Amino acid sequence: MNTNSSITTPDFMPQTPNPQPLTLYLLHLADSTLILSHRNSEWCGHAPILEQDIALTNIALDLLGQARNFYQYAAELINQNSNNERSKVPPLEGFREATEDSLAYLRIENEYKNLLLTELPNEDWAHTILRQFYFSTFQFYLFQQLQQNNDEHIVAIAAKAIKEISYHVRWSGEWVVRLGDGTTESHNKMLKAIDTLKNYTGEMFIAADYETAMNIDIDLLKNQWNKKVKQVFEEATLPYSLEDETTFHQTGGKIGTHTEYLGYILTEMQYLQRTYPNSIW
Amino acid sequence: MQNEYQHTTSFKVSPLEEFKEAIWKVIETVPDPEIPVITLKDLGVIRDIKVSDDNAIEVIITPTYIGCPAMDVMSMSIEQALTEQGYKNVKITKVLSPAWTTDWMSEEGKKKLKEYGIAPPNQKQIVCTPDLFQQEEVVQCPRCDSYHTKMISRFGSTPCKALYQCNTCHEPFEYFKCH
Repeated sequence: MNTNSSITTPDFMPQTPNPQPLTLYLLHLADSTLILSHRNSEWCGHAPILEQDIALTNIALDLLGQARNFYQYAAELINQNSNNERSKVPPLEGFREATEDSLAYLRIENEYKNLLLTELPNEDWAHTILRQFYFSTFQFYLFQQLQQNNDEHIVAIAAKAIKEISYHVRWSGEWVVRLGDGTTESHNKMLKAIDTLKNYTGEMFIAADYETAMNIDIDLLKNQWNKKVKQVFEEATLPYSLEDETTFHQTGGKIGTHTEYLGYILTEMQYLQRTYPNSIW
Repeated sequence: MQNEYQHTTSFKVSPLEEFKEAIWKVIETVPDPEIPVITLKDLGVIRDIKVSDDNAIEVIITPTYIGCPAMDVMSMSIEQALTEQGYKNVKITKVLSPAWTTDWMSEEGKKKLKEYGIAPPNQKQIVCTPDLFQQEEVVQCPRCDSYHTKMISRFGSTPCKALYQCNTCHEPFEYFKCH
């Protein structure tokens, strides 16, 4: 855990020899969406009412779709790269072609690059709503930037996904207002959620090396995100204190240093593929 | 001699357009796996058909929603329909760009949806902005044609639909949301 803005990448990457910043960035995007998708899917059958259960699982599905597209593209790049390098380096033990599934099911915690925010365990509905609102708002402004990227694959994924992300922002934002400006109990639950998540939003705006290399304007993102969150919090009668620069931010997810929670997610998610290798649907 | 003669006359290389037209005819019959009253063509997800010099067929499709689990079934159904008609060398390619929109849905498809009890998508009026509590589109009840309806949930049984209820006939219904 550190707050150093110059985050470097660890040098153990068994499945991604000589990773390019683009590959790492794709894995970061894919991992965050996959893990949040998994957390949301845990609500299936448990949400307060049926319609919202359906809404949250729909969002989980959208996120999973994004993750798949990012993994597929990353796998393509990894395979191209490893073919180029194959003549120079001995083949890795047990190495086989990277696929979207191998990237999701066969990487360990330290290779996952998701935001810590996405792996935190589900608490109550307010916590889930607020996390989704934070993340979707971040994604909305990020994908606006990615639509202007030089890489046509990224542009295509961003242009497709942003239509769905705008639904997520509206849905979660409306719930923030409903709960914040609702009853005393719902208001207090939102206050608790704000407190629980306050150390986990800063990580979004501390660029990893691969983000810098991808020319992501992280300061612009931070300003847009803060403005939006502030606007919705005001409407929700919730206190806004996120701009405080002295707040301590938990970091490390982007380079593979995670909370203890990620391991439990991967244990469940990867069990089948690790127990019965190469099994398919 | 007879056989040889027959072989050469029946082996008529169609002009490319005619060949493509025939393929379109086959694909037109493939239903959507989730909403079988409309076809994939009605839905607007089949973007192009390419035929190479050696008659290899490439069908270009695009997902409605990025995580739509029906994509694999769609690909298989297209491949199967073509294979059954004797076409070989069929390849299905998925593209994301340009992103699918409900504006690509055929008028015929919209009519069939309404008859099936699903309100068809309105013309795209709302640009995708994240503003909260936007004025909702006016959606017509597919059963009694009333415009006096309300949204129950932005999300429904599939990613492409929202839940509505009619205030006139009180029936709940699904709306194929504009996207």
